[in-house]
Order: sequence, then structure tokens, then C-alpha cells
Amino acid sequence: MEWMAWTWPTAIFFMVIAGLLITFSILAIKFPETPRKGVLQIETTRGDRLFITLLGSAFINLAWLGIVGAHQPYAMLVCLAYAAAVFRWV
Amino acid sequence: MQEKTVNHKAWFLVLPVLALVAFSAVIPLMTVVNYSVQDSFGNNQFFWAGLEWFREMLSEERMWNALGRQMAFSAIILAIEVPLGIFVALNMPKSGFWASFCLVVMSLPLLVPWNVVGTIWQIFGRVDIGLLGYTLDALGVNYNYTQDFISAWATLIVMDVWHWTSLVALLAYAGLQSIPDAYYQAAKIDQASRWKVFRYIELPKMMGVLMIAILLRFMDSFMIYTEPFVVTGGGPGNATTFLSIDLVKMALGQFDLGPAAAFSIMYFLVILAISWVFYTVMTNLDKREGK
Repeated sequence: MEWMAWTWPTAIFFMVIAGLLITFSILAIKFPETPRKGVLQIETTRGDRLFITLLGSAFINLAWLGIVGAHQPYAMLVCLAYAAAVFRWV
Repeated sequence: MQEKTVNHKAWFLVLPVLALVAFSAVIPLMTVVNYSVQDSFGNNQFFWAGLEWFREMLSEERMWNALGRQMAFSAIILAIEVPLGIFVALNMPKSGFWASFCLVVMSLPLLVPWNVVGTIWQIFGRVDIGLLGYTLDALGVNYNYTQDFISAWATLIVMDVWHWTSLVALLAYAGLQSIPDAYYQAAKIDQASRWKVFRYIELPKMMGVLMIAILLRFMDSFMIYTEPFVVTGGGPGNATTFLSIDLVKMALGQFDLGPAAAFSIMYFLVILAISWVFYTVMTNLDKREGK
């Protein structure tokens, strides 16, 4: 595994994503749901909303890095607010 | 109503695909993420750099310029290939020998490998020995794709149109073939004009396959590497240095693994976002049609 040049922060990053995927898979099996329509007028399930959240969070972090350029952890607060909005309204 | 049987054990059948994708895509992608936060001087030694490469890439003009060129290229070829493909499909014979003949001829360019397409056009466009370049030169047109920005772009665009319009045409043709005759008869009874038949019958019925065509052409053109690499090598200057060409220059030419990794992650995110939008639109169109 040395060739993959692992670091702790990236390992934690992937563990969080893997954890989220596993959690949402278990949720989808234990508590099946019907897709719903939100503000985007598209049918979404919990998994879709997770995908929108993760992808959007990546762009929020990049935008923060490019525009603000400092205090990167605060971008995560924006991401959390964004996640809450996605899960509530999308 | 009968309940559908749900058996989650079927998911295990997906495992081989998962394993394959893990080796071909997920593990390399993870490695790229690891590279993007570190600096390397070779010899497999890495030093923590944090978000430095992302910051550098975002603030440098290099990536933005390549992204701009890439967007322009994809937009131009889509704007040409989609209407042209629909036009070709509308004018293809519906059945008989000539229909099959057209289908075979149309699929020929699709069978040519990318680097061969590049080589064909590289020679075709040469002013000294190429048919296209020589003819244009003889006609007095100032054409030289190795030195002139417009010639280089025109060559790449015409090459892509030559290579891929058939794909759009074939997909649109398949969409057209699936329209029952009853629709056309109804239109005839209502004395609908040719334009209205196209606008209200053919276009809506083709929408699904057209979305697939646009998605495929967009993704392919957004990741284009081989043809411009063979024809122009990214030149003249940086005029045709698209994202992937710039990325390879950075990663393999300069061996700047960290910045190149940060670059490729952002490149990947853009493709992922745009593909998601297309996919969502496509599935929603299907659902609306299904109702």
C-alpha cells in the first residue's frame, strides 16, 4: 500500500465517505422510501440527496479556497448548512 | 395488485463489477487524492503539502485557460454535430437497400481508432503533401494548422465533426424509426407543415436518444486527448491545449504530481457535476414519457 502514498487526513476523508455510503445503504434496505419531489422538481431518494450534498460540498470547499483562501474549516460549516438544506428541501 | 419480490441477495451479483471498478477506477482515484495533498521529489518520497496545490491551481491562469478552451471546444462541436446529425437522420432513407448502405457508411468513421483519426487529419491537413492543406493553399487560403490559431481550431473541429456526427445521426435515426406511422398520418390529416411535424412529433420522440447523444458527445469531447495531441500537440503555442493535454504535460512532462493531481480532481468534479445534470434530465424525461 506504500505506493498509494496514504496520509491520515486522506484516509479519514475516505473512511467518512465509505461510512456514509454504508450507513445510507443500510438505511435504504431497513427503511425503504418512496422518492419525493423537492425544489429542483426532480425525484430524489436519500442516496440522491447524499450525492448532491457530497458533490456540492466539494465545490463549496473549492470556492472557499479560491475566493476566501483562509480558514478552510469554516467551509465545512457552509457545507453542513448546505447538507441540511438539501436533505430538507431537495 | 401483486407485490414485487424484493431480494437483496441479488446485490451480490454486482460484486464482480464492483471489484473491477475498484481496481480500474476507485483505487487509482484514491491515489490521486493522496498525491494532491503531498509533494514528491521522486523516489516515492512524499511530503505533506495540505491544500497548497489546490490553492495554486485555482489562482493560476493555466487551468482556467485550459478549461475555457475546453468549454469552447465542446460547445462548438455540440452546436455543429447535434443539428447536423438530426438533419442527416431526417434525410436518410427509411428502409430498403439504401437505408442499410447509409447505416454502414455512417458507422465507418466510428470504427477508426482515435490516434488513427489524428494521423489521418494530420497528414490530410499538411500543406506540402496533404490533400486538404495542399488544396486550400492552392486556392490561396492561408491555412497552416501548426502555426495559425484559427487553422488549428478549424482542423480539430472539422475532424471531430467528421468522426462523431455519425453517432448523433445514428442515434437520432433510431429515435425516428421508433415513431409509429399513425403519428404522421394524424399530422397529414391536420395538414401540419413539415416544420410542425418536426417540432411536435419527431423532436419530442427523439428527445431521449438525443439527450444520450449529447451526453456522450459532451463527455467524450470534454475528455478529448488523442486527436489534438496527434494533430497539433496542443499548439500553436497553447491554442489547442485542452484540459487533458495540459494535465498530461503537467503530470508526465514536468512530473509535478501534486499540482497535476489537484488539477485532475477538479477536472473530475466538473465532469461528474455535468454528467449528473445530464443523467438527471434524461431519467426525468423518461419518467415523464412513461406516464
